Amino acid sequence: MSLRKFISNKTIAALAVIVTVFANTSAFAQEAAAGAATAAVAKPVDMFPIYKSIAFYAMLFLLLCLFIAIVGKAMRVYELTREAQEKSAGINWDTVNGVLFVLFLIVGLYGVYFEYTVHGHMILPDAASEHGQKIDQMFNITLILTTIVFIGTHIVLFSFSYFYKHSGKRKAYYYPHNNALERIWTIVPALVLTVLVLMGFLTWRSIFFKIEDPNHKPLSIEITSQQFAWTIRYPGADGVVGLKNYKLITGVNALGMDFKDKNNLDDQTADELVIPVNKPVRLILTSKDVLHSFYMPHFRIQLNTVPGMTSYFEFTPTITTADMQTKVNDPAFKFLFYCSKICGSGHYNMQKVVRVVSQAEYDAWVIKQPKIINNDLRKAFNLPIVPEAAAPAASAPADSTAKPAKDSAAVAMNKPALKK
Amino acid sequence: MSTITLNDTHNNDHHDGHDHGHHKQSFITKYVFSQDHKMIAKQFLITGIVMAVIAMGLSILFRIQLAWPDKSFPFLETFLGKWAEGGRIKPDFYLALVTIHGTIMVFFVLTAGLSGTFSNLLIPLQLGVRDMASPFMNMLSYWFFFTACVIMMASFFIETGPASAGWTVYPPLSALPKAIPGSGLGMTLWLASMFIFVASQLMGGINYVSTVLNMRTKGMDLWKMPLTIWAFFLTAILGILSFPVLVAGVVLLIFDRSFGTSFYLSDIVMGTQVLPNQGGSPILWQHLFWFLGHPEVYIVIMPALGISSEVISVNSRKPIFGYHAMVYSLIGITILSFIVWGHHMFVTGMNPLLGGVFMITTLIIAVPSAVKTFNYLATLWRGNIRFTPAMLCAIGMVSFFISGGLTGIFLGNASLDINLHDTYFVVAHFHLVMGSAAIFGMLAGVYHWYPKMFGRMMNAKLGYLHFWVTFICAYLVFFPLHFLGLDGVPRRYYAFTEFEFMQKWVTVNIFVTWSAIVAALAQVAFLFNFFYSIFFGKKATQNPWEANTLEWTTPVEHIHGNWPGEIPTVYRWPYDYSKPGAEEDYIPQTVPYSQTMSSNMPHDFEGNAESERIQREWDAKNNPDKADVHFH
Repeated sequence: MSLRKFISNKTIAALAVIVTVFANTSAFAQEAAAGAATAAVAKPVDMFPIYKSIAFYAMLFLLLCLFIAIVGKAMRVYELTREAQEKSAGINWDTVNGVLFVLFLIVGLYGVYFEYTVHGHMILPDAASEHGQKIDQMFNITLILTTIVFIGTHIVLFSFSYFYKHSGKRKAYYYPHNNALERIWTIVPALVLTVLVLMGFLTWRSIFFKIEDPNHKPLSIEITSQQFAWTIRYPGADGVVGLKNYKLITGVNALGMDFKDKNNLDDQTADELVIPVNKPVRLILTSKDVLHSFYMPHFRIQLNTVPGMTSYFEFTPTITTADMQTKVNDPAFKFLFYCSKICGSGHYNMQKVVRVVSQAEYDAWVIKQPKIINNDLRKAFNLPIVPEAAAPAASAPADSTAKPAKDSAAVAMNKPALKK
Repeated sequence: MSTITLNDTHNNDHHDGHDHGHHKQSFITKYVFSQDHKMIAKQFLITGIVMAVIAMGLSILFRIQLAWPDKSFPFLETFLGKWAEGGRIKPDFYLALVTIHGTIMVFFVLTAGLSGTFSNLLIPLQLGVRDMASPFMNMLSYWFFFTACVIMMASFFIETGPASAGWTVYPPLSALPKAIPGSGLGMTLWLASMFIFVASQLMGGINYVSTVLNMRTKGMDLWKMPLTIWAFFLTAILGILSFPVLVAGVVLLIFDRSFGTSFYLSDIVMGTQVLPNQGGSPILWQHLFWFLGHPEVYIVIMPALGISSEVISVNSRKPIFGYHAMVYSLIGITILSFIVWGHHMFVTGMNPLLGGVFMITTLIIAVPSAVKTFNYLATLWRGNIRFTPAMLCAIGMVSFFISGGLTGIFLGNASLDINLHDTYFVVAHFHLVMGSAAIFGMLAGVYHWYPKMFGRMMNAKLGYLHFWVTFICAYLVFFPLHFLGLDGVPRRYYAFTEFEFMQKWVTVNIFVTWSAIVAALAQVAFLFNFFYSIFFGKKATQNPWEANTLEWTTPVEHIHGNWPGEIPTVYRWPYDYSKPGAEEDYIPQTVPYSQTMSSNMPHDFEGNAESERIQREWDAKNNPDKADVHFH
């Protein structure tokens, strides 16, 4: 009986503490509210500063600890009384835990269902590129296989935990090995994985080892990364992206293009990546400073950009931006590419818009894009200067023949070297 | 009198209570510069726990940033000063938090805290050894580790902040202080810390391997070793072979940073300043780093697998299913783990042909992992499962190992990795398989061997509470993150505010952050339980779990040299649980077959004709049914 008295005393003490804590928090709340609510009288109490104060949460947590301590003590007392009365032990924790595992299994299965259906619908739409469709197909196969294994093994794990929970009446079954079983669960996963490996390997090869079709040359576009920005370079009329050298990089020549190379003279720059649908595109990826990663998830493309090394990714977009907008039912939908390799403080905001358009739209767009070369660069490379009027990209191609016009150089100086 | 060599030469006055040459030790030699493997294990464990709490705290900080990127939290400024001006964490410091969280968790908690603790504790105790092969080196190993921790933490107290290039510290970002402030002194400290850490791991590893190979007690042949020891042994081999490569990489990076070499740097322009470095390749670092880095994840998970094998077997009261298969799969994982590092580099611009090869080797390593999983399930089948907190954690470990392992099949596939690389899918994957699974393995070990370490029991009910809250919250934290990855959300993003399509994940982030906070608070239950029970826990009995292995034959009270009198001899494998015919449901390894005539089985004698004859005669006399069944 004295034990009972003890626990009731403790409970009363605990209740007193709880009351005090509540009193404190509400007083605290009122104080904060008094500070905020000078204008309106009937304004509801502004709890936000309280939700942000550590003291509030510390107290809540202490309260929780107290609660747990009380429950713990109560259980201890219960068990002691059972023991004193020489009945079987109070709570069978093996049963409790076994049941909890089954509950976890049931709730967990529902949780997985919820995740697959709700969050599963928030993921990327279908791939917008040829190889992306293959990747998606393989993803789905892998997802189905792994989901079966995931669900199956968890049902087995948790139901075994429940069914074979401890019982004093039973002895475990001495079953040290079974070579047939071992062989089965070595060979079956090995076979399944072989299939996955083969599929993955073939897809991987088809993505990275493309056979060049001379009649169907891909459109080359160079992407250069630097800390927190991308520069897109189009090849111009000749279809070749000119040479560049990092040692030539200056304030005006941001990419370090070598204008001694004729291929550079018609290269253009653009503020967004516009590509024609159903035409192969070859991305030339380089970096000026640290590692970045060119990530264009809607097209299932990712490749790091590495300083000192050029990497290539060839793909064919299959869905235009407009089609995708109707497909995902979102008129504001945009394809994007962005950085996915940690590159510094601005890593989280390094994006450009990608627009997939019809060939006609592309042709009309690309002709309007400004050429990179300007008179500052011509000067730097001892090339003949072109009068400013002739500079817009829409004018005649191959402007190397234009006569030098020194008087217009001052105007040309003001033109930015590169659109960012 | 035992024949142990005592390294304690400072005090010569004998302790009266013991007759085995035990010396009175000063506080310094007993608790600080101890050469006793049990004390060193405890030092590793407590340091590991402290580091884990710190790293968990860091993760809560950046989870707060991810959940509420626009809100200010004045308390952050109180703690972090200029790194969280106005109560908002700065982007640079966010990256530092992520980096140090990863580094501490992978290296200091899951490598040193896990294998440092349990290898030190269990290798001598389960093999019947008085102490490690080289106790002095063992002591050095701990103090090097401790120094590494101190240096790493010191980087929080310098002007430019800790290293912030991610835990993989890819150059050029990590090599150029201009690229990010954390690559200044903070990175130097990071590299120094890693250098010392690797030295610590090597000293530890060499000790473990030589102890296992040379010092096993009589009768303890390799195939009688518990799976824990197999796991620690192979882990140590992995560490010895792979950690030096990291040191090589680290030294080259130090050279690039401080002495103007160009191992990893080439063709770099910062702003408009052309750097003089030429001829290096950032990819080289990735090869060197992942040559350690991938074995490293197995260094983390194998001890957890070993501990789980032991705990599951003891608490199912069943022999581990397929002991040999378990050992061979560990060996398979060990070997294969050296040839899969390239799967971290599928999209780095490495030759795609190489990518194809690494994909094949990577998916092969899933086979031994699958075998282990199925063997765990078969061990539970028709067991008599006692849900001690250790057992719960071991089951949790198996669950996480399955969940995280399966997502590895996606990432190991080079084609799928194109779109998943460096996204939250990767974060979710490795936090399940190497974070949660390894932590749960470690917790299982702590709960299980706590009586051996401290001579007292932890409170089981608090253990249940701790397990269930942590288990549920770990899934709540990491499961939804897969879907962020499938939506193309990259990892290490300071805020999701700049992208329209990421807005929809902010609510998920808030949910994940709350789950992480609850999980972190649940650790208070563990910490309280751990530290309270050291002093006030229920006194442990000698063999509280009724286990077979040798450590439970030592006295509860720790003595230098482990066994008073002679070291026990081993007669049988460690998994004779619930053997038919035996009185108890366990037969310790020290019990010879001559004392268990009623439960012996033909394969116990490994073809020894004389023993089989004796057994046959005994069976014919006492147990005619059995004789008929087994011996024709």
